[in-house]
Amino acid sequence: MRHPLFEITRVKFLEFVREPEAIFWVLVFPILLSLALGVAFRTKPPEALAIAVQGGPGAEAARAALAADPALSPRVLTEIGCREALRAGRVALVVVPGARVTYWFDPTRDESRVARLAADAALQGAAGRADPVAASDRLMTEKGSRYIDFLVPGLLGMNLMGTGMWGVGFSIVTARSRGLLKRLIATPMRKRHYLVGQMLGRMAFLVPEVGLLVAFAVLVFDVPLRGSLAALVVVSGLGGLAFTGIGLLVAARPRTIEGVSGLMNFVMLPMWIFSGVFFSPARFPDALQPAIHALPLTALNDALRAVMLDGASIVAVAPQLAVVAGWGLVALAGALWLFRWK
Amino acid sequence: MSRIALRGSGLVKRYGDVVALDGLDLEVRAGECFGLLGPNGAGKTTTVEILEGLTPPDRGTVEILGRTWTEDPRGLRERIGIQLQETQLAEKLTVLETITLFRSFYRKGLDPAEVMRIVQLEDKESAWVRKLSGGQKQRLSLAAALVGDPEILFLDEPTTGLDPQARRQVWDVIADVKARGGTVLLTTHYMEEAERLCDRIAIVDRGKVIALDTPAALIAGLGAEHVLEIETESDVDLPRLRGLREVHDLRRDGATLSLTVREVHRAIPQLLAELDAQSVALTRLTTHHATLEDVFVSMTGRHLRDN
Repeated sequence: MRHPLFEITRVKFLEFVREPEAIFWVLVFPILLSLALGVAFRTKPPEALAIAVQGGPGAEAARAALAADPALSPRVLTEIGCREALRAGRVALVVVPGARVTYWFDPTRDESRVARLAADAALQGAAGRADPVAASDRLMTEKGSRYIDFLVPGLLGMNLMGTGMWGVGFSIVTARSRGLLKRLIATPMRKRHYLVGQMLGRMAFLVPEVGLLVAFAVLVFDVPLRGSLAALVVVSGLGGLAFTGIGLLVAARPRTIEGVSGLMNFVMLPMWIFSGVFFSPARFPDALQPAIHALPLTALNDALRAVMLDGASIVAVAPQLAVVAGWGLVALAGALWLFRWK
Repeated sequence: MSRIALRGSGLVKRYGDVVALDGLDLEVRAGECFGLLGPNGAGKTTTVEILEGLTPPDRGTVEILGRTWTEDPRGLRERIGIQLQETQLAEKLTVLETITLFRSFYRKGLDPAEVMRIVQLEDKESAWVRKLSGGQKQRLSLAAALVGDPEILFLDEPTTGLDPQARRQVWDVIADVKARGGTVLLTTHYMEEAERLCDRIAIVDRGKVIALDTPAALIAGLGAEHVLEIETESDVDLPRLRGLREVHDLRRDGATLSLTVREVHRAIPQLLAELDAQSVALTRLTTHHATLEDVFVSMTGRHLRDN
């Protein structure tokens, strides 16, 4: 007879692969999500900014001068048409020609401020202004700095969190609500074998989960994988374990699927928002940064991005890994302490 | 007297204001099949779960195989097998996977193939639990209880909700365990089950044992072995009926009168003559051997099954 830990891990894995929905959400959904977002935010050639010239004397000359800048796409509209287009955001800027040119725009829109600078430069140039300093452009198009490159490690982290927590939480609470946990504790099985078996069984499908998403991102979107594969495996594995531990803690008491679902979302929601899955957490106020960086998903995402995009070594991401491992250990200890079988 | 396998003394359990057990005592001897018979809510499941070490009693002591649950919980778990009333095993595992999982928890036990043979599920080895019938699921649950080769087997309502054929198959498995010398404690509210399987029976009502003996002795305790049930068109003079020499006891239950009698062939002519004298016409007369149900009714005035 094999060791109970082996059997518990084995049935945990079997139950997972026999659940088509679980396969979809864990393996297919992250790929579809990265595909959709990767297409939506694909790098496009810079688009000309739409601006308007208010009709009247000199309007056509101004339009011609502005059109000389390929970054601007001017057209002539009536005053009412200008106001409408500006308010609706169809144009970034309205130029009112005259002896004194007026720029009409919303100063809170970045593209409007850019359009104002470009339009002014075009009009001044057309009027004969000479630039005292010669200048030329050098363009940065390096891969690793696109949105998809930022996104994929974030999705990987989010997926490790979601499947780690759901993967153990859902099955434990189901087993509890069906009286199966009570039946198991009526055997000589050890509590720690059950809980650790849940974690190991979940880790078995971490390999395809991480592997598929990373392979997809590298092959389809040419996302860089600059760090070593070993570093990626270690960071993902540690992240998976930590969130499985948090999943055990969340599932320690609830008796119903509804109860555990609410708790799961309560725990995960702040991390979806703050932990830099879809956008950088640097956008939040400085006062929040220490708390944000103490979240396990922030640390995991930082470590994943450092390894994938910057080629960081395990040693370089040790502080983030310490945060992740700390959460995992504290959660596992809490789960062992709080866990109820009935 | 044979060795005591299991002893519960003065067991008390309250759930809020509800007293589930009110000082219950019982002893199960090694090698016997002991039944707890009683209606729903009598405290049978609470008793079993306290004995199994799954629920702590408010008061009282439990001794299993000479040990207590606080002394050696894991050692005891190795030596007993449990079937709970409402366990739903994992639906997407096969019969063999489920039994193998349970086998891995025990240091020694039976081979999964052997257990599948005992519970007659060999041909369902690779079937998912979800695909099993109610009776097959119940036998799988028995298999999980048997796989550690227990010295004591606890079965809580093992055949509730099963059709007669499935029930008989479960009885065969329990009879097989008994035949191999195992000790069995089972709860049931089916008197046929208790009569057929159990060496001794404790009748439980409202958290107490109200009678404890072999099925035959409990029935003999009624003082008469047969029950006549009659219905009449009009009211009967009950004291005169009770005064008949052959009638040992009489009880009214709705429209039905139940008469406990020693000898049917003498009782019926007396009864008919008396009804004739009272000018009361019979609309129904049936007769059966006295059962544990009749024992329970005579002791509590209520039926085992609430219908």
